[in-house]
Amino acid sequence: MGSNSLYGPVDPAPDAGYTDAPPRMGFFTDTSVCIGCKACEVACKTWNAVPDDGFNLLGQSYDNTGGLSADSWRHVAFIEQPSRGSQAFLGLPTGPSSAPAANVVASQQVVPTGTEPGIPPAVDALAAAATAGTEFVGAGPKFHGAGTGFHGAGPEFLGMPGTDLPGRTDPAPRSDFRWLMMSNVCKHCTHAGCLDVCPTGALFRTEFGTVVVQDDICNGCGYCISGCPYGVIDRREGDGRAWKCTLCYDRLGDGLEPACAKACPTESIQFGELDELRERARARVEKLHAEGVASAQLYGESEDDGVGGDGAFFLLLDEPEVYGLPPDPIVPTRDLPHMWKRAGWAALTMAAAAVVAFAGRRP
Amino acid sequence: MVPRADFQSYYGRPIVRPPVWTHDIAIYLFTGGLAAGSALLAAGGQATGDVVLRRAGRAATMGALGASAFFLIKDLGRPERFHHMLRVAKPTSPMSMGTWLLSFFGGAAGVAAAAEVAPLLPERGVLGLARRVLPPVGAAAGYGAAALAPGLATYTAVLFADTAVPSWNAVYPDLPFMFAGSALASGAGVGLIAAPGKPARRMAVAGAAVELAAGHRVENNYGLLSEPYHHGRPGKLLRLARALTVAGAVGAVVGRRSRVVSALAGVSLLAGSALTRFGVFEAGVESAKDPRYTVVPQRERLNSRAATPGEPGPSPRTGKS
Repeated sequence: MGSNSLYGPVDPAPDAGYTDAPPRMGFFTDTSVCIGCKACEVACKTWNAVPDDGFNLLGQSYDNTGGLSADSWRHVAFIEQPSRGSQAFLGLPTGPSSAPAANVVASQQVVPTGTEPGIPPAVDALAAAATAGTEFVGAGPKFHGAGTGFHGAGPEFLGMPGTDLPGRTDPAPRSDFRWLMMSNVCKHCTHAGCLDVCPTGALFRTEFGTVVVQDDICNGCGYCISGCPYGVIDRREGDGRAWKCTLCYDRLGDGLEPACAKACPTESIQFGELDELRERARARVEKLHAEGVASAQLYGESEDDGVGGDGAFFLLLDEPEVYGLPPDPIVPTRDLPHMWKRAGWAALTMAAAAVVAFAGRRP
Repeated sequence: MVPRADFQSYYGRPIVRPPVWTHDIAIYLFTGGLAAGSALLAAGGQATGDVVLRRAGRAATMGALGASAFFLIKDLGRPERFHHMLRVAKPTSPMSMGTWLLSFFGGAAGVAAAAEVAPLLPERGVLGLARRVLPPVGAAAGYGAAALAPGLATYTAVLFADTAVPSWNAVYPDLPFMFAGSALASGAGVGLIAAPGKPARRMAVAGAAVELAAGHRVENNYGLLSEPYHHGRPGKLLRLARALTVAGAVGAVVGRRSRVVSALAGVSLLAGSALTRFGVFEAGVESAKDPRYTVVPQRERLNSRAATPGEPGPSPRTGKS
C-alpha cells in the first residue's frame, strides 16, 4: 500500500502489486461524434455472451435499454433538448418541443431487465422533465400528464419519438432541439469503490489497470453495487452474481481491442493506452472550443478527481448529470481511515458505558 | 425543510444504485448489535458474580448470533458460497473485516455458552475433563467475546458509510455512535427482562442517551442528506424508535421496583433498537433512489470549487489533494 492507495493520483496496476505491468489501457468515448447506432451495445453482448435484458420500449427518446445493468455493459444514452438560444429556426413556424412532457412519462416506465436493482423508475417527475434542461421546466403542479399543460402545448406523447420530419405535417409545429448521445460504460476507476469493498476478492485489478469480476468467486453479497459511485455494477437475477464490463480482458490478453471499440463506426469509442488517449482528448476538446462548442468538456480524464481518474473517460457536450453521470464522484473509501477512527471512538464509548454500568459491584 | 433545488438528471432515474440488500440486512444490524450488547452484559454478570445475568446474556448472544448468520447468508445472491467471505482478509472492505470479527466473536461466545452446560456433563472420561476445563475456558472466552463486542456493534456503521449511498456515506462521523448506543440499549433490554438490576438500568440509560444524541445529529446536521432520515417511512420509523427508546430508558429507571415495568421497558428498548436499524436502512435506500441526493451535493461542491479557483482542492477530510 502506497500513500495514495486509497485516494489521489496513482498508477493502479503497479500499486496493486504488478511488476512490469503493461501500460494502463482504457477508453476515450467522444460523444460529439456518437451517432447512437448502438453497435457497441450489440458487439458487447455478442462477444461477452451477455444475456437478454428484455424487450422494453421506454420512450426515453431512442434509448430502450434504460441504463447500464448486469446484462447491459454498454448503454447508449439519448437526450433530446429544446433549443437554447439557437437562431437556426429564426422566423420559421417553430413550436415548443414535447421533450419535457415525454420525459415524465418515460421516466415512470418499469424496465424489466432481469437484474437487481436494475433500472428503477424515477421518484420525482419534476427531475425527469428536467432532463431536457431546467429552464424548460416551469415550477408548479402541472406535471400530471404528457403533452399538455406546461410551456405551451406539445404533441401528444405516443411512447416513441415521431418519425415524420419536423414541420412536414400541419399543424404540428417544427421544433428546434438537439440530440445528445453517449455510450456509457464501466469507468474502470483508478480508485474503484466496487473493488475496494469486495469482501471475497472476486473483483480484482488486472495488469492493464482495469477492474474485473471473477464469476467463480463472487457470492453475490451486493456490496460492490452500493460501493460504485457511478451506479454501474449490478446483480443478475436467478444467477445471483454481480456483473459488469471487463474491458474485454480476454481480448486484451490476445492483443485485440475490446468488442465495442472495434464495432464503433465513428470512432466515438477509442481504445488505447490511457496516457495517449488523454492527450488525444485534450486536443479534441480544444478543437471543439475553437469551433465554438463551448459546452464541450472532458469527464473522468483528470487524475485529480475524486476517483483518481477514470480508465474509461468521456467528452461530453453538457453537464455530466444530464447523461446520468454523477457530477463530482468520490470513491467512498477515501474516508475509510476516518470512518474506522470514528467507529473506534464509538466502540470505546460503548465499552466504557458497560464498565461504568457494572462499576461498584463486587462478586 | 430544505428547499427543492433545481437539478438535472437522466430521466429522473437514480444515478447510484439503490442497495440490493433486503430487510434481512436491517434485521442483521439489530441482531448483530443485540449479540454485542448481550455479550457485554454477560461479561458484566460474569465479573460481578451475577449468574442469572451471565446466563441470560450468553443465551441472548447465541440466539442473536444464530439469527445474524442466518440472515447474512440468506441475503447473498449465492448463499452456498458464503464461505468465500473467508478467502481473504481485506482491510479496505468493512464487510471482510466484519466477517472475521463476527467469526472470532462467534467462536468466543460459543465457548462461553458451552461452559454453561458444563455442570450437566458426566464426571468421568473425556466429558468429565471437559466438565472441569470448560468453566475457566468459558470465562476467558466470555471476556474475549466482550472485548470484540464493541467492534461488532460499530463496524456495521462503517460498512454502511463506506458506500456511495448518499445519506449513509455523509453521516459517517455519527453513525457508529448511533449503532453503539442502539446495541447497548438492546443488550440492556435483555438484562431488564431476564434479571433487572442496577447495571442493566445504567446500561439502558447510557445506551439510550448515546443513541438519541447521535441520532439527533444524523437527522439534523447533514443538510439535504439528513432529509431522508425525517421524511416518509424512514422518518416515521425513526420517530417511533425514538419514542420507544425514551420510554424504555424512563421505564427502566422509574419501574425499578416492578419486575413487570422493567420487563416492559426492556421490550421497549429492544423494539426501539430494531426500528432504529430499519429506519437508518430505509433512509439510505430512499437517498439512493432519488438522483437529487447524488447530484445536488456534488454540484454544490463543484460550484464552490469553481468559485475559488486554483488547486483542484484538497480533500476537506483527509487534507490530501
